[in-house]
Amino acid sequence: MLTRLVPVIGSRRARHIVERNFEVYRSQWLMLISGFFEPLFYLLSIGIGLNKLVGNLTVGGRVVSYAAFVAPGMLATSMMNGAVIDTIMNVFFRLKITHSYDSILATPLDVNDVALGEIGWATGRAAIYSASFIVCMILLGDAPSWWVLLCWPAALLTGVAFAGVGLASCTFVRSWQDFDMITLVQLPIFLFSATFFPITLYPRWLGALVQLSPLYQSAALLRGLSLGQFSGVMVLRAGYLVVFGLVGLSVAARRFARILTP
Amino acid sequence: MSERGQGGAPVVVARGLTKRFGEFAAVRGIDVTVRPGESFGFLGPNGAGKTSTMRMVSAVSRPSAGELTIFGLDPRTHGPEIRARLGVVPQEDTLELELSVRWNLEIFGRYFDLPRALIRQRTQELLEFVQLADRADSRVDDLSGGMRRRLTIARALINQPEILILDEPTTGLDPQARHLVWDRLYRLKREGVTLIITTHYMDEAEQLCDRLVVMDHGTIVAEGTPRELIDAHSTREVVELRFDDDGDGDASGDGGRVARLGDLAERVEVLPDRVLLYVDDGDDVLSTVHREGIVPASALVRRSSLEDVFLRLTGRTLVE
Repeated sequence: MLTRLVPVIGSRRARHIVERNFEVYRSQWLMLISGFFEPLFYLLSIGIGLNKLVGNLTVGGRVVSYAAFVAPGMLATSMMNGAVIDTIMNVFFRLKITHSYDSILATPLDVNDVALGEIGWATGRAAIYSASFIVCMILLGDAPSWWVLLCWPAALLTGVAFAGVGLASCTFVRSWQDFDMITLVQLPIFLFSATFFPITLYPRWLGALVQLSPLYQSAALLRGLSLGQFSGVMVLRAGYLVVFGLVGLSVAARRFARILTP
Repeated sequence: MSERGQGGAPVVVARGLTKRFGEFAAVRGIDVTVRPGESFGFLGPNGAGKTSTMRMVSAVSRPSAGELTIFGLDPRTHGPEIRARLGVVPQEDTLELELSVRWNLEIFGRYFDLPRALIRQRTQELLEFVQLADRADSRVDDLSGGMRRRLTIARALINQPEILILDEPTTGLDPQARHLVWDRLYRLKREGVTLIITTHYMDEAEQLCDRLVVMDHGTIVAEGTPRELIDAHSTREVVELRFDDDGDGDASGDGGRVARLGDLAERVEVLPDRVLLYVDDGDDVLSTVHREGIVPASALVRRSSLEDVFLRLTGRTLVE
């Protein structure tokens, strides 16, 4: 496993991929703006609507508003969606449609630089969006404590882990039709990962199954941090996300090399 | 671009160079030496292994077997160093369509770690060189095929490469656009840039290449200057005859006619639409043909070309 990961490291030249993507996105500013507004829409709609309907609930012996309960789940979801769109859709576009990588590989950059650059870009994006999400949480009063600031590194981890898996999935996409498959996986993960209701509502066997979902692990981790309710399980949750991301990255690195430099 | 002479150590040396994709061998043990400042061509039909060879020489794809050095360096261990000194014009323009012409050049300069001020200066020079200065702020989407090709060439020059590798540089371009590309390539050659070109157009090879190899089925079937190849594998002139067989009524039939023509020429090729006679003096043979009572619908005497060399070596025409 470790020997497979070493080539992922890449070189300093990887920063040019980040630079490239930044410049491309600068020309698509609408997309950037939407990234900022997405969390605000999530939080506002929940705060205005569902929060009034559901009222308060008790989590770990503490009474919190529904909005405070659900916000970390939405943050986790937003990290997943952002990473999936950015890696799967956009990388697929560069890989198979515009063949941008083919021309990039004719320069001193190599496949590992490209992979590292894309991961770096995904990380940067996740950093900005999660920060703006957390700021919104604080401003809207959905953060019960200042521990919410610890959600930032945890959200980043979520973003990078899903980016790694997204990058790996992207190499299996053959045409636009295959994106339906990705939605088919992504949607149930979102709906069943206990992001907007407590996992304790599930029957025991289903709850055990949901534990396997990386989105659930991320949401539970973020919720614990946001509410300031710490436990040893959180280390396991973070570890699960690390492994999830690393497996994705090592698959991605090998498949990238096979596709781009046959 | 600095001056580089024809002398000096070879810039590309391949010995037994092989590329396999699973069971299929795209390139089967070729030997190639490219000297600095020369313009070297790979001529062959689609599927001959030209692009696979180019990708190895570009230090992108790893050889499956054999030796390859570029600038005396091994691409397996010195890929980035080699690629920093190469310019590559791929078969398909891999430009960023939604972005501007200028942006496409500038970001490429960044990949080579060039300072921004230098990139800006070179971008301007290159835009003028490929006659796109007035389109600098256009989206690539809005450019014609010929303009995109020129932009791709400009992009490959942003690092002032010592070798420019062009994979079918003018395929799909109209005659005017082709001549413009050729003209720019001549200028680069005069400035001392080594050109490595693949093409399946014989006129392009004759126009651009000092020396070339003819590839077929992953192997090199002939090597030399265009003149040497023609001298070695063809006659001085070719008589092309077209027959309108429906109105002929020649009792000896087509086979008999070819046999009679064969006595007049060093070699005869029968193509679907015409018969080629390989001879030293075309006019002389054509009058003999008429004297023999063979009446073609039309006749043409021309000098031998690389197409004839290719036909001789592979039994097929280049563009089918």
